[in-house]
Amino acid sequence: MPGHDEKVSEIRLTATQYVILIIFLVLTYGLWRLQVTQNDFYSNLAEKNRIRDVPILAPRGKILDREGRTIVDNYPSFTAMLMRDSSRDLMADADSIAEGLHMDPADVRDQIRKFASMPQYEPIYLKDDITPDELAFIEAHRNELPELDTIMSHRRLYPRKGFMAHVIGYVGEVSEQMLNQTRWEFYNPGDIVGKSGVELEYNQVLMGQNGSRQVVVNSHGKEMGELGEKPATPGKPLKLTIDIDLQIAAEEALGDRRGAVVAMNPHTGEILAMVSRPTFDPNQFAVRISRDEWSKLVNDPDHPLLNRAIQAQLAPGSTFKIIEAVAGWQEGIAQNLIVHCSGSAVFYGRRFGCWVKSGHGEVDLSKAIYQSCDVYFYTLGEKLGIDRIAKYAEALGLGQKTGIDLPDEATGVMPSEEWKIRNFKQKWFAGETISVAIGQGAVTVTPMQLTRAIAAIAMDGRMVVPHVVNPTVLPKDFLPVAHYNEVKTIPIDQAGWDVITDAMGRVLLPEGTAPSAHIPGIDIAGKTGSAQVASLALRAKHESNESLAQNGWFVGFTPRRDPDVVVTVLFQGGEHGKLAARLATQVIKAYVEKQRRQPPKMASTDKVDVGALWDDPDEGGSRLHAAHFALDLARHHAPLAEAAPGVE
Amino acid sequence: MSRYVSFRDFDWVLLLFVLIICGLGVMEIRSATAHTKFAGAHVKQIYWIAAGLVCMFLMSFINYTALLEQVHWMYIASLASLMMVLLFGQKYLGARRWVKLPGGAHFQPSEWVKLILILAVAKYFADLSQRELSWSDFMKAGAIVGIPMLMVLRQPDLGTALTYLPIAVMGLFLGGLRFKQAAIVIVAGALLLPVAWHVLKPYQRDRLTSFMHPEADSQGSGYQVNQSLIAVGSGGIWGSDAPSQTTLAFLPVPQTDFIFAAFSEAHGFVGALGVLLLYFIVLMRLIQNAQTAPDRAGTFVVMGVVAVLSFHILVNVGMVVGLMPVTGIPLPLMSYGGSSVLFMFLALGIVMNVRMRRFVN
Repeated sequence: MPGHDEKVSEIRLTATQYVILIIFLVLTYGLWRLQVTQNDFYSNLAEKNRIRDVPILAPRGKILDREGRTIVDNYPSFTAMLMRDSSRDLMADADSIAEGLHMDPADVRDQIRKFASMPQYEPIYLKDDITPDELAFIEAHRNELPELDTIMSHRRLYPRKGFMAHVIGYVGEVSEQMLNQTRWEFYNPGDIVGKSGVELEYNQVLMGQNGSRQVVVNSHGKEMGELGEKPATPGKPLKLTIDIDLQIAAEEALGDRRGAVVAMNPHTGEILAMVSRPTFDPNQFAVRISRDEWSKLVNDPDHPLLNRAIQAQLAPGSTFKIIEAVAGWQEGIAQNLIVHCSGSAVFYGRRFGCWVKSGHGEVDLSKAIYQSCDVYFYTLGEKLGIDRIAKYAEALGLGQKTGIDLPDEATGVMPSEEWKIRNFKQKWFAGETISVAIGQGAVTVTPMQLTRAIAAIAMDGRMVVPHVVNPTVLPKDFLPVAHYNEVKTIPIDQAGWDVITDAMGRVLLPEGTAPSAHIPGIDIAGKTGSAQVASLALRAKHESNESLAQNGWFVGFTPRRDPDVVVTVLFQGGEHGKLAARLATQVIKAYVEKQRRQPPKMASTDKVDVGALWDDPDEGGSRLHAAHFALDLARHHAPLAEAAPGVE
Repeated sequence: MSRYVSFRDFDWVLLLFVLIICGLGVMEIRSATAHTKFAGAHVKQIYWIAAGLVCMFLMSFINYTALLEQVHWMYIASLASLMMVLLFGQKYLGARRWVKLPGGAHFQPSEWVKLILILAVAKYFADLSQRELSWSDFMKAGAIVGIPMLMVLRQPDLGTALTYLPIAVMGLFLGGLRFKQAAIVIVAGALLLPVAWHVLKPYQRDRLTSFMHPEADSQGSGYQVNQSLIAVGSGGIWGSDAPSQTTLAFLPVPQTDFIFAAFSEAHGFVGALGVLLLYFIVLMRLIQNAQTAPDRAGTFVVMGVVAVLSFHILVNVGMVVGLMPVTGIPLPLMSYGGSSVLFMFLALGIVMNVRMRRFVN
């Protein structure tokens, strides 16, 4: 019988030893599996844990004018952020943080609450582009508010008040939609890229290559050390063909009027100035535009984001007569055509009026141009027919993109019989030709197209591709470069060219349509135009409505022979071309005066000129304030009536 | 009787290996907590070990047979202390596990209840004379462990409650559990498993599921397991000179529950295997002491300590290498913590006590 002191079974004690041995063998297997078999896998994960790539943002290249003066620069901008991995009670500090950063305390608390469920290493970005005194507040409270920190980035500093905004464009974060396109497929989410204008077209040049730092972080994402650094490659500066002096003159000339100004060198196609109104402030985009502001801009009935110089498609009005005159001469009709203008004429059973109700009397081609006689051009148009007009207009680039190096250029419309059938499945009515003959009806042009076409005529048929960047300054691998060198020659008879350009030279003389725009001592040739936006019947109903008022046009160049510059002004709602002509001659005057002041080929790097527009780029301390430089566009707004009193 | 008791019979070899393990623990606590808010914890750990040694020597003087005579009072006292925790315990992270003592110290009764249970189970089985276990003996032994276990589960502290289980299992196994009984119990347990799943708290379920798929939720419940696997795995064969998982705080609580992961990262497979070997030597030495015990009761007492120690090692190291779920059980002798250190040295004191009286019979 087993007694009280019966020993415990030896077998079971031994069995226990074996069970323990098996447990230890299993644990050893577990260690072997992790540390020997899968060591590489886990070492890799450990590296991923502790090493983080922190991007070094490459600053974008500056945008310069043709003389190397800075138009667009960068400035260091600080964003205030709240680190959430400290042991601080953020809610308790919210009030003092809000006060220092000039924010609403409720706003700060809201943000903290919103982030409550996010991983702790994710900071809250409280405020973008903080002011120097807010930055000073953060620096001064490093001990009291250790959770408050800043991050620096380069932001675009654009001219104020929308100066040149449409040419420059703006930058923004690359969108998901863009990343799906082949052009952007090698970009990364979060990259700051050009979204319009030169910023978009030349993004490849302007955008640098971000570098990166390999840093060691702890589990809270705090930096504990640095392993290596790949420096950033800054973007290259981009020199435009724009001349700031002429750009300022053009901006001031147009003022707050709706419309566009284009100034181009007809020899090369270099754009010297380009303005569109109304404008917008791209600095709003350089920080972070709120949804409200964005939708306000997009839905604005005045379409401030539209670059009217290349995107407005409007009836050219009487400026079209120059193109028709070339067609008439080349077809051998205009040379000997004399028309009696009695104020109106009947074509195809309908009466078409001349803008001078009393009539022009006997009119030849020259007088028809400088007096802008409608009846003469009705008659010429009828004799030519739409297809012969279209042949020359299309040769001169109407109804197609000019190929300017700016995004989203519009094509305009140059109608023809084939065009009507293709688009409306209808036959062309001969009566429609009469409207087109004076630049109304289906024909629409952009100011850029008109500039190029008139420049080609002024250059005796030599037609260039307009551009805002001189292709020679671009890197070799920049693809669209070859395209800018295309020059087409449209044959224009020498005698006809003499007649047409001489007639244009008389437009600003007392017998012309815009004598009030005449500037003594400057030989300007040009053509006015005023084009209906809506039918006359509709205009009668909405007499006061500005958007239905006629658009005024003027295309001019100087000098009359071998011109240096062609200037086009579109003055929307300007009623008559002579008002546009006055704006255009202001720009031409600025150009000529500058040429006379200094020999043309000597590029100026005069800092004084820069200073007028900008803070000194080398002056580090005040860069935060540099966004606040002023270009007071309202300064030179002399009312037009005062500039030329009493002249109709 | 006491004239036969002598420190010549004290197990100095066992103590040497125990102190080596403690020393490795202190070193690891030191390097794992350097530059954290726990810096200096290794010094406190040394104080705890010193206090533990004193307790161990004191414990070895009290004749364990005398202790066993009084074990029913101790058992009642332990149930009372657990009841105190349930009624007046300090709530911390959703569980009542601590009683605040006058003077500001915190006391976790569930640790020393473990010790009482070892004695109570030993006493129960030592008094059983028959070789084979009846069902009524099974139920009684089960109740001795089961009642405090349920009370700890109420706190709730699943990890500590589970550590009571091996005491009962070891007692039943050595007490003569028959194969058929074991089979019935295992089948019944398996049938009760779905019920147990419903009783578990959501975070406990999370831990169990994340143990099976740690990568599924690498920022939540699976985070600790994942970081532990990365720490151990990146240690390689010889260990890492710059154990980044530990020093950069990716590894959670590297001084307590995950100390073995921290050690494995720093010292590699070779170092970790060395520590396992030390534990194995300690366990084998304990079993040898159980075999040479003067009576049944002595054997049961020592084997109870063996059961608790091996269960802790299995669950803690198993968790660290990803073979077991996260239960929050520390690694005895190495992990930082006063309760755990004191328990181990008191338990060793009783083992010494048994060994020093092995020639008494």
